[in-house]
Amino acid sequence: MSEIPIIQFERVNFSYNSAPVLIEVSLAIPQGELVYVVGPNGGGKTTLLKLTLGLLKPRTGRIQVFGLPPEKARTRIGYIPQFLQFDPQFPITAFDVVLMGRLKGGRMGSFSPADRDSAWNAMEKLQIADLARIPFAQLSGGQRQRTLIARSLTSSPELLLLDEPTSNIDAHTEDRLMELINELNLQHTIILVSHDINFVSDKVKRVICVNRTVQVHPTSEISGETLRQVYAKDMMLVRHDMHLNDH
Amino acid sequence: MTISYYQITILDFMSDFFTAFTDPNLSFLRYALIAGVLSSLAFGVIGSFVVAKRISYLAGGISHSILAGIGFSLFLQVNYNAAWFSPIIGAVCAGLISALIIGWISLKGRQREDTVIGAVWALGMAAGLIFLAKTPGYIDPMSFLFGNILLISLQDVWLIIGLDVLTITLTFIFYPFLMAVCFDEEYARIKGLKVEFYYLLLLTLIALTVVLLIRVVGIVLVIALLTLPPAIAGLFARKLWQMMVYAVIGCLIFILLGMWLSYNWNLPSGPTIILIAGTIYIIIALSRRWFN
Repeated sequence: MSEIPIIQFERVNFSYNSAPVLIEVSLAIPQGELVYVVGPNGGGKTTLLKLTLGLLKPRTGRIQVFGLPPEKARTRIGYIPQFLQFDPQFPITAFDVVLMGRLKGGRMGSFSPADRDSAWNAMEKLQIADLARIPFAQLSGGQRQRTLIARSLTSSPELLLLDEPTSNIDAHTEDRLMELINELNLQHTIILVSHDINFVSDKVKRVICVNRTVQVHPTSEISGETLRQVYAKDMMLVRHDMHLNDH
Repeated sequence: MTISYYQITILDFMSDFFTAFTDPNLSFLRYALIAGVLSSLAFGVIGSFVVAKRISYLAGGISHSILAGIGFSLFLQVNYNAAWFSPIIGAVCAGLISALIIGWISLKGRQREDTVIGAVWALGMAAGLIFLAKTPGYIDPMSFLFGNILLISLQDVWLIIGLDVLTITLTFIFYPFLMAVCFDEEYARIKGLKVEFYYLLLLTLIALTVVLLIRVVGIVLVIALLTLPPAIAGLFARKLWQMMVYAVIGCLIFILLGMWLSYNWNLPSGPTIILIAGTIYIIIALSRRWFN
């Protein structure tokens, strides 16, 4: 384990307008862990991710990623957004989405053969190489999720951030995704945001509960049952939008 | 009997059209056709970005606000003898200013973007009409609003060639970046791309495309020719560059067909082109739905 935590928040406050979204958040995540971020919708989970990526700036407090300010560290982060946020009509193939992971600011022109090789390797690793020529929009939820994970892997990131990977995919796909995440965790530190507490791997050492304030629980201290009690109201909301099938 | 008569009519039409095309007294028609063919390139390429990024409304705002620049330049030309300030210069200025205003506000995200676009759209038109009203002499706003191929000059043809070279070169150089910004702005930012630069570059190119092409179809109709060919292309294309190629071809067909019909039936060219594009879009979209 490295001495410097991979992510460190020190008394971070954030608000979009006047209403505070995150209050006095302090946390440290060591290298190699698989960390869950859970909490109700609107509780600040995505904000926490965006602060880590440097897309948002804290009002007060300090954030460091790999011991650096987030804007400097973010090229070492593999970010996997929710696949639902993409325009389903956009003309782009799965391969081109993966290739996007090789983009670099300040460089001109198109992709090199090395970029293409890297994209192929990532797609093969995730067993989606046969989907390369298919339009992104025609892929199933699970396949799109894998495409976005492949995209993040092309830049050899040290840290993976997954935003709600289990929303709108079926139970079987969810199990396969969980296996994949456990496998990726052998090489990468992983932070996984979910509003679904059922989606828990036994490899998880830490659960971060976000609801304006943040509490970090080692999994030894917390059981699914206690979390379920804390977020009981939300769990019901979650169940209601879990029914979309994935083909 | 009916078939052969129909064929003769078509042939007559076509030969008339081609005779007219080579007639030295009808050079405006030649310029219009050349301008139409050349403008398909910029329309197809920039239109594909507009459709893929879903910013048709924004492009509509920019095109309508251009009337302010045209009105202002005519007002200065007539009232203050500012002959150098031609409508095309006024239009370019107005187009760029509104593109930057809308782009800046959309990047800052402090205001409702659609409200701002609507305001720029209407304010531009209002200002343009007031300038035109205060300009002595007869000026027909209809030709700016709906296009008039009689106005296309050799200078316009050169400007359109310049625009084609600019849009295609920039698209070629920045293709992966522009595509990333259109598809996934947030990810592009994380990857260290200057998202603001590429977004404003795209809006600038939209503004220039719209300005130089309003001669063909006019301020009000330009948005249809910018979006309908890529929308049709999008039904078949798997990649953004394929969408561009199909859109250029589609745009070319609509413009040639529209000009040919408008010449033979003595119809205004802009609306004819748009009606053809719209009809074909509806037929293709419906038939795909029907057969799938």
